[in-house]
Amino acid sequence: MTVCLNGEEVAKKIGDAFPNSIDIADKATIIAKSEYLYQIAEFLKNNSDLKFDYLANQVAVDYMDYFEVVYNLVSLEYNHSLTLKVRCNDRENPTLPSVVSLWRTADYQEREIYDLMGITFTGHPNLKRLFLWEGFPGHPQRRDYL
Amino acid sequence: MEIERPKIISSYEIDLAEVERITQLKEKAEKSVIPDPDAWIDEELRRGIGLTTVDAVLDWARSRSIFPLMFGLACCAFEMIGTAASRFDIARWGMDIFRWSPRQADLMIVAGTLTWKMAPAVKRIYDQMAEPKWVIAMGACAISGGTFRESYSVVPGINRIIPVDVYVPGCPPRPEGLIYGITKIHKKITQDSLKRAKT
Repeated sequence: MTVCLNGEEVAKKIGDAFPNSIDIADKATIIAKSEYLYQIAEFLKNNSDLKFDYLANQVAVDYMDYFEVVYNLVSLEYNHSLTLKVRCNDRENPTLPSVVSLWRTADYQEREIYDLMGITFTGHPNLKRLFLWEGFPGHPQRRDYL
Repeated sequence: MEIERPKIISSYEIDLAEVERITQLKEKAEKSVIPDPDAWIDEELRRGIGLTTVDAVLDWARSRSIFPLMFGLACCAFEMIGTAASRFDIARWGMDIFRWSPRQADLMIVAGTLTWKMAPAVKRIYDQMAEPKWVIAMGACAISGGTFRESYSVVPGINRIIPVDVYVPGCPPRPEGLIYGITKIHKKITQDSLKRAKT
């Protein structure tokens, strides 16, 4: 069975590489700062002890005060998993770095999030709407969408 | 009928052409509902005496060999598949094969939720079907949008896009319900053939 890694231990490793890049870390999840997201993702993928080579799922949640994007990472080699979260406080123009160049799963997932939640992913090769058509007014999965 | 062939070069232009189709359809559809061709419900249909026998044979042949279009949009499609499979077996009504091409089909069973993004495709498939053609709206979503009526992406009833002959209510309707709807289509064909011939 896939072992869920302790977030505090992984956060310590990330903290050694990138100081002050983690906001909160508990046993289940790591909440990272959004400006460090790409470096952390690259570190988690390429570190020889972690090797998270598979992005199983990517979800965006609207908490009204901020958006949270959840990355469910799995290592197929070591058979362990990790939940990485990033918060996005800007409601008007939320922006996050894209991780498509690391995990190809993120291609459609980020397009879906852009479509329904309106979060822009910088560095995405083809960021356009996935389910709705171009020019659709608003982003319907936001909680303030009527 | 004339088919538009947009000159498409890049994928962005495909997107733009799609947007144009959807917005045009949406503007037209939100204003009005296409009236159902329901003259067949009126029992007092007068037929020409000379034509009666030919008509009867034509009706019999048509109504007993309807080919449905293989076309499922959502969960209702499984009830449609169940209707076609051995337990309910619509081959008993001469509907042996679900046709893959709209050119060969007579009956369109719209089984499931229709979204605005899918609506141009449905309209196009309907236009591609050869006359005479009939439409069954299967399930609550196809009839009125169902639970998703207020949703941003769902067409509130397919009669805004294409004319509907028979409505089969249910969420989803049982195969018996769909078979009842098909027998209603048979009744419609036998009562309405000359009226159809004019159009």
